[in-house]
Amino acid sequence: MAPLVEIRQLAKSYRRGDQVVPVLDDITLNIQTGDFTALMGPSGSGKSTLLNLIAGIDKPDSGILRVAGLDITKLSEAELADWRAAHVGFIFQFYNLLPVLTAFENVELPLLLTSLSRKERRERAELTLSMVNLADRMDHTPAELSGGQQQRVAIARAIVTDPTLIVADEPTGDLDRNSAAEVLALLNQLNKELGKTIIMVTHDAISAQQARAVIHLDKGRLLDAGS
Amino acid sequence: MYALKLIFKNTLRHKLRTSLTLFGLMVAILSFGLLQTVINVWYAGAEAASSTRLITRNAISLVFTLPLSYESKIRSVEGVTAVAYANWFGGVYQEPKNFFPQLAISGRKYLDLYPEFVLDEHQMRAFELDRKGCVVGRKLARQYGFKLGDIIPIKGTIYPGQWEFVVRGIYDGRQASTDTTQLFFHWDYLNETMLKTMPRRANQIGIYFVKIDNADNAAAISRSIDSQFHNSLAETLTETEKAFQLGFVSMSDAIILAIRIVSFVVVVIIMAVMANTMAMSARERLSEYATLKVLGFGPGFLATLIFGESILLALMGAGLGIALLFPVAKAFSAKMGTFFPAFEIAPQIMAQQIGAALAVGIIAAILPTLRSMHVNIVEGLRSAGT
Repeated sequence: MAPLVEIRQLAKSYRRGDQVVPVLDDITLNIQTGDFTALMGPSGSGKSTLLNLIAGIDKPDSGILRVAGLDITKLSEAELADWRAAHVGFIFQFYNLLPVLTAFENVELPLLLTSLSRKERRERAELTLSMVNLADRMDHTPAELSGGQQQRVAIARAIVTDPTLIVADEPTGDLDRNSAAEVLALLNQLNKELGKTIIMVTHDAISAQQARAVIHLDKGRLLDAGS
Repeated sequence: MYALKLIFKNTLRHKLRTSLTLFGLMVAILSFGLLQTVINVWYAGAEAASSTRLITRNAISLVFTLPLSYESKIRSVEGVTAVAYANWFGGVYQEPKNFFPQLAISGRKYLDLYPEFVLDEHQMRAFELDRKGCVVGRKLARQYGFKLGDIIPIKGTIYPGQWEFVVRGIYDGRQASTDTTQLFFHWDYLNETMLKTMPRRANQIGIYFVKIDNADNAAAISRSIDSQFHNSLAETLTETEKAFQLGFVSMSDAIILAIRIVSFVVVVIIMAVMANTMAMSARERLSEYATLKVLGFGPGFLATLIFGESILLALMGAGLGIALLFPVAKAFSAKMGTFFPAFEIAPQIMAQQIGAALAVGIIAAILPTLRSMHVNIVEGLRSAGT
């Protein structure tokens, strides 16, 4: 079976003044549909950059990056935006919820880019919030929710469009131990019960244990791919 | 619809900042409206001028008079349907600060030429029958409490002496913009007094008011009138009433220009304040804009949010400024007394205020929008949690 994410000799560098700083070099790996993969590595190893490239929010300098058979490096900015809306769910370390919107409105947000009716959007957002056990917090703004609850809203927002791929950048990085465990359990549940493909960046070994596969990066290069 | 909800919520996000910006906008839009109204009122006389009325005066200067005998000659010019005349009296009522225009007019002939001055027929008759009678405007009567039968003592300056006029009529304006701050009395009364005290100044006219049959013939009739008195001791200058009024206004050109500039400077200042507010808001929300882009929202959506917020804020400020303009203009008008004959807020002033607010909203949003539209997603996300 063809991998969901196929990466070949991927390279990325940033320019800092006159200097070119390589961030990723010669990355080759596959991620299968239904995998729960953790990207680990020290700070500056390039794990978040790799996640951003896979999610289509940054572009590589060279190499091949196919997701579900589509070479996303060839897409324009507008095409990438449409592709992200349809195929990728995002979970961030700091939740990145819009503070002026309620939990329900935050979850409904990605659905505005679909052709669903208002009623369908409402049903879908409510169902998704129930899945993350926040049905009773629908009308609360992020400021009225705990960190763990905010991250669960963010997870609901990431899965509400039923994306092909879920990417999570340090999803437990800003949470206490209990909330982190809840969030990891939820991700696990999404992976096991709904078959969602998840790629998660973490520097926390306990979090990484939840994943089925762990990929280590250091200084922009792949060290190994263990499970 | 969703964008609108987000715009409203974003606008009210920082209540103190929004309140202060709204206060600034309100003051700026109010000042702009008030100053524009002052300019408008300045030109009101010229705007209200009839296109079928001409003014004939001494060609050298308004200070010099014309002989009474010119009346019949002017009336004989083809196209002229009526002629009236008046002299500027320029007296002082109690104190010099109590300024209001006083004109010695050719009675009914003059008032017939100005249908915008509405006077009850009974009062008109009473005025005609009393040589010392006068007619005052409603605003003037209200300001000094003049009633029918009152005697108004006025100290003459151009025409020396202590004069007394009996109020026989109070006229209203046909329109809100009509000047109702004037006092009219009989030219005959003035002339008789001059015949007794200063005969050399008798039978002299300050201005002739000429009614013509067709506004299109104004230039030709003006030339015909002036040609009648060519090479005489008192040559005339005839022009339309509007041109005559604008001649007066042009004497205050520098002041009007200064007021006009200040009114726009106020708008420019608030534009800078608004641009700063919007830039601050946009900078704070960089990670939110990046998140929206990650979710698949395009630059157009971000532009809608920022422009929407800026325009909404500006229009709210404009609404407050316009609402406040009415009581402030009323208080200003009361304070200025008869200096501004009719201090009315024209609908176009409100349109200008809304236009200025829209311009402020749009221009203030341009730079923050451009910055947010082109924000690098990775950079924007990095600002989250900081």
